[in-house]
Amino acid sequence: MKPTHPLHKYMRPSAIRTANCPGCGNGILTQAILRAIDEEGLDMDDFVFVSGIGCAAWIPSPLFLADTLHTTHGRPIAFATGVKLAKPDRRVMVISGDGDLLAIGGNHFIHAARRNIDMTVVCVNNGIYGMTGGQVAPTTPIGLRTMTSPYGNIENDFDISGLATAAGATYVARWTVIQTRQITKSVRKALEHRGFSFIEVVSHCPVQFGRKTGMGSSTQMLDWLKEISVTATKASGMTPAELEGKIVVGEFVDIDKPVLDVELERMRRDAQGGDDAEN
Amino acid sequence: MNTDRVLTGRHFMQGNIACAEGALAAGCTFMAGYPITPASEISERMASRLPALRGENGVFIQMEDEISSLAAVIGASWTGAKSMTATSGPGISLMLEHVGYAVGTETPCVIVNVQRGGPTTGIPSVELQGDLIQAGHGSHGEYRIIAVAPSSPQEMFDHTVLAFNLAEKYRTPVFVLADSFVGHMREEVVIPDASGIEIADRVISPGGYNQETDQGFLSVDVAPMPIFGRGFRSHVTSSCHTETGKRNVTDATALDNFIRKLCGKIEKNRDDIVIVDDATNDADIAMVAYGTVFRAAREAVGAARDAGISADTFRPVTVWPFPDREIHELSRRVKAILVLENNLGQMLHFVRSVAECPVHFLEPEVLGTLHDIDRIVAKLKDIAP
Repeated sequence: MKPTHPLHKYMRPSAIRTANCPGCGNGILTQAILRAIDEEGLDMDDFVFVSGIGCAAWIPSPLFLADTLHTTHGRPIAFATGVKLAKPDRRVMVISGDGDLLAIGGNHFIHAARRNIDMTVVCVNNGIYGMTGGQVAPTTPIGLRTMTSPYGNIENDFDISGLATAAGATYVARWTVIQTRQITKSVRKALEHRGFSFIEVVSHCPVQFGRKTGMGSSTQMLDWLKEISVTATKASGMTPAELEGKIVVGEFVDIDKPVLDVELERMRRDAQGGDDAEN
Repeated sequence: MNTDRVLTGRHFMQGNIACAEGALAAGCTFMAGYPITPASEISERMASRLPALRGENGVFIQMEDEISSLAAVIGASWTGAKSMTATSGPGISLMLEHVGYAVGTETPCVIVNVQRGGPTTGIPSVELQGDLIQAGHGSHGEYRIIAVAPSSPQEMFDHTVLAFNLAEKYRTPVFVLADSFVGHMREEVVIPDASGIEIADRVISPGGYNQETDQGFLSVDVAPMPIFGRGFRSHVTSSCHTETGKRNVTDATALDNFIRKLCGKIEKNRDDIVIVDDATNDADIAMVAYGTVFRAAREAVGAARDAGISADTFRPVTVWPFPDREIHELSRRVKAILVLENNLGQMLHFVRSVAECPVHFLEPEVLGTLHDIDRIVAKLKDIAP
């Protein structure tokens, strides 16, 4: 028998190639997510995967052998909200990029976090619009030259895990693609968590980010991610000046709050129990 | 709150409420919406009624905007739920990308547009038939869609049922193109027994559906829908795709097939979809009017007769697909057509493109108001052969 990768069984047979560039961080994340599902002993048929537009959105669609909904730019969380409320017994996971979820789709992101709807959102944050050719994003570091910030980015960048936390997400973690085991662990925790769980995965984009910024190859960029990662525990003892240019990684939030579909079910029970019929 | 799905009986009911009741009678279990005048009563009614439906899992959710409302509706529909949203012009403008999404992914859903006066924010509480062409052609790309135009609270009920049935049957979004007159008007609405209401349900892919080989998309005969949650492992994308749902964004022939199958599905079945209400018999002049304007045209028939003019009404009930053959046939029977709309002429151009007789047009003296009967009769006198 031809040997296959142990996670190959989770991949759509017709998806024989990825749309991602050589050296992209999406492959690492794809494996980390599937490993988490595998380690949790879950079935792909338990899931509906929803994605938007952008490189990261191509992780579940077409790769995952499951129900997948590939949606419009910025709106996967809104589509996923309909899926989850109409079919609460299914797990809903959104995998998309920073441009998709936080620029054009920022409104849906904060409201889903506020509602504490039971879904897992994994955001690949590569700090740039990769698929469209390397334009500036709300997550692009200040000063960076991109195709649409040729004189250097003059805007502040988003702390998207901070945004998720402020908006009410009940599980929030951030890792870079070099911390693969930690990503897997966080995805597992997110899958066990009831409510809105958010994992920011800082990734490198050697083609659109690396080439333009002269940061070198994929492996050089991975080394760079490793070098600038600081754990949340360590960061708490550091000054803002010391944290300049660093990425704080770790688990930021893990709390319980009323979950939307549970509240909806309770409301339904009450409404259906009322007996004063009128129209 | 009443926990029954169908409120059988005679009611004095507002059009928007009748629309909500029609949706429930048709089997709707999911609504997502965002407040907007003059459509909010539909959301309010559904927010109250859906969770209360006895033994059911009805969902109403107020989303953060209209974009997400239609997105949630489409997501819910893919789990098998009959789903809807309701809004007015500004909301429709925001939804248009997802109208195309629902067309492209063949997602049954109902979109109610209680039209208001525009362009832009315009006047929320004044009606205008300004969104006719938008309903048919507002989203980008080439596609065909279905829209029905109710002209009374009773039809707000009946046409919403019809819209759900057409959506389910043809796996497509369907517009209920109402307006603030008919939405806020109160009249008698008769709701039959549940057994007396014809309901259509989508055909779902059979067990054993193979996502690699079986057709889940792009059939002019409407492919069974491989809904989520049944182990079908469906690949659903709005990008150009094949009959199995597999993306193909490199090949123009795939795009050609994608467009032709989606449009062909509506065109092949247009005789089943298109409904016209033709009262012209052997009249000399046909008054072509839809929605609330139809009421004014109907009122003008008697006054015209008193003035010695033979004129009667021809009403497109489905405004999309446009009843081109029916109007062409009409134009060969009558001596003239008078198109009445509460705009400066939208359906007019579609009528002119197929009519063989002279085609005239009359808008109300003040846009956003109903046509004055005397004004209609004066126009009929003008154009009478």
